[in-house]
Amino acid sequence: MRTRVDVALGLAYRQLMILAKNPSLLLPPMLFPLLNFAAFAGGLSRLRHVPGFDYAGGYTGFQFVFVLLQSAAFGGVFTGFGIARDFERGFARRLLVTAPYRSGIIAGYAIAALARWLLVAVVLTIVALAVGMHVGGNGIDLFGLYGLAVLVNIAGVLWACGVAMRFRTTQAGPIMQTPVFMLLFLAPVYVPLSLLSGWIHAVAVVNPITFVLAGGRSLLVGSPEDVLQATAIALGLGAAFAVWAYRGLRSAERAG
Amino acid sequence: MTLARQVLLIAWRSLVRTLRQPGTVIPPLIFPLMLMAVNSNGLRAATHLPGFPTDSFLAFFIPFSFIQGALFASGIAGTDLAKDIDTGFMNRLALTPMRGSALLLGQMGGAVGLGVIQAALYLLVGLVAGVDIESGIGGAILILLLATLVCSAFAALGLWMALRTGSTEGVQSLFPLLFFFTFISSMNPPRNLIEVAWFRDVATANPVSYLIEGLRSLVIEGWNAQALALGFGLTIALLVLAMTLSARALRVRMART
Repeated sequence: MRTRVDVALGLAYRQLMILAKNPSLLLPPMLFPLLNFAAFAGGLSRLRHVPGFDYAGGYTGFQFVFVLLQSAAFGGVFTGFGIARDFERGFARRLLVTAPYRSGIIAGYAIAALARWLLVAVVLTIVALAVGMHVGGNGIDLFGLYGLAVLVNIAGVLWACGVAMRFRTTQAGPIMQTPVFMLLFLAPVYVPLSLLSGWIHAVAVVNPITFVLAGGRSLLVGSPEDVLQATAIALGLGAAFAVWAYRGLRSAERAG
Repeated sequence: MTLARQVLLIAWRSLVRTLRQPGTVIPPLIFPLMLMAVNSNGLRAATHLPGFPTDSFLAFFIPFSFIQGALFASGIAGTDLAKDIDTGFMNRLALTPMRGSALLLGQMGGAVGLGVIQAALYLLVGLVAGVDIESGIGGAILILLLATLVCSAFAALGLWMALRTGSTEGVQSLFPLLFFFTFISSMNPPRNLIEVAWFRDVATANPVSYLIEGLRSLVIEGWNAQALALGFGLTIALLVLAMTLSARALRVRMART
């Protein structure tokens, strides 16, 4: 363990081994997106008949992009729970003592979160295609869509990591997930922005996730719109939460 | 000591233990209200669909909050009992004259007590937000009663999970199953408006749909005898089934220790 990369890869390997040996930790993050997808795309598909619903990819595609981004964000949050658990059990403190480059710890957790989410994304995509999701985008568009989701995953894990390192207890779980939940569900989840009304429309218009979601949905149907804006927002969130996580690490170091 | 006294003692311990943990009390109060606020606005467009039973999605959706609260109740009851098994409290209790039935009924005290608070809060928030209870004050009281019964049935399921697995991780890992039953139901769309055939069929076979529809009928329809009979009947059946399974699992666990 001489470099940052060594620390990051070593920790990521440990996290993934824990997941592989504990299906109870692996299955819920896998099942929740699938259940959400089934409930939204299966149960609410008649919403495509609402006057003004004009998404070219159909309701399944409309919901797929949301659930993909949701699974990415919550994949990061679930990793935050693991970090908090590591602090409760004393592992994280021993890690802080032994790691020569501590920023590698954040990177290690982020790599593990990404690997875990990629598995979820593959399963979700297979299920969506199996139920007849229409994909209009080409390879580059789809690369853009999954790239956006990767950025959301990284932002999610950095946010949760910052919280876990400050509070160092699993009791902080609601603090990790509630803002992410609110940010996601205050975007146009079920119908396009133009069909929202009242206060939720006013909130959705300024919600950064609205733009990421719109960018992702446009990529799926192969008519990219405002993708640069969506990417810039996702990168911005990632950068802001990287600072948040790094300062959280410093807070954990000070706490000893 | 009488059975009633035994139940009261365990229930009081369970209630105090639950209310002393903010991490246990706050999410069941806050999350369903957040989802109610978000979905009732985000899905308002659904009320424009021909055949949608009401013009207020909030009124349509509020019964789901009671079910969501009941899901939390099953987690609280299950996790607390699993902790008691894990820490040896159950083993020590087995050395006392405490009856198994008192233990099971009492262990639900915290979850059901919190369930009553939740149900009253959801209903109050709904009324403040403008929901009109079509069945009137009597209906509102019946909503609280049915919501508490649903909470008890789900809490009993949580006890069964804890007794079967004996660990908090085991209880947690069985939750996707409960979520499946909750999500693949008529929680968001009325069953007659579900287009996808397999989803409609599963939702029709899913008892949770009838629990939601029983509560929903009181809010948006008034007095619908069939919906209420199905709602109450299935809830009581679920409660009896879960308690029977828990009693059997308790006997097995006590025999092991």
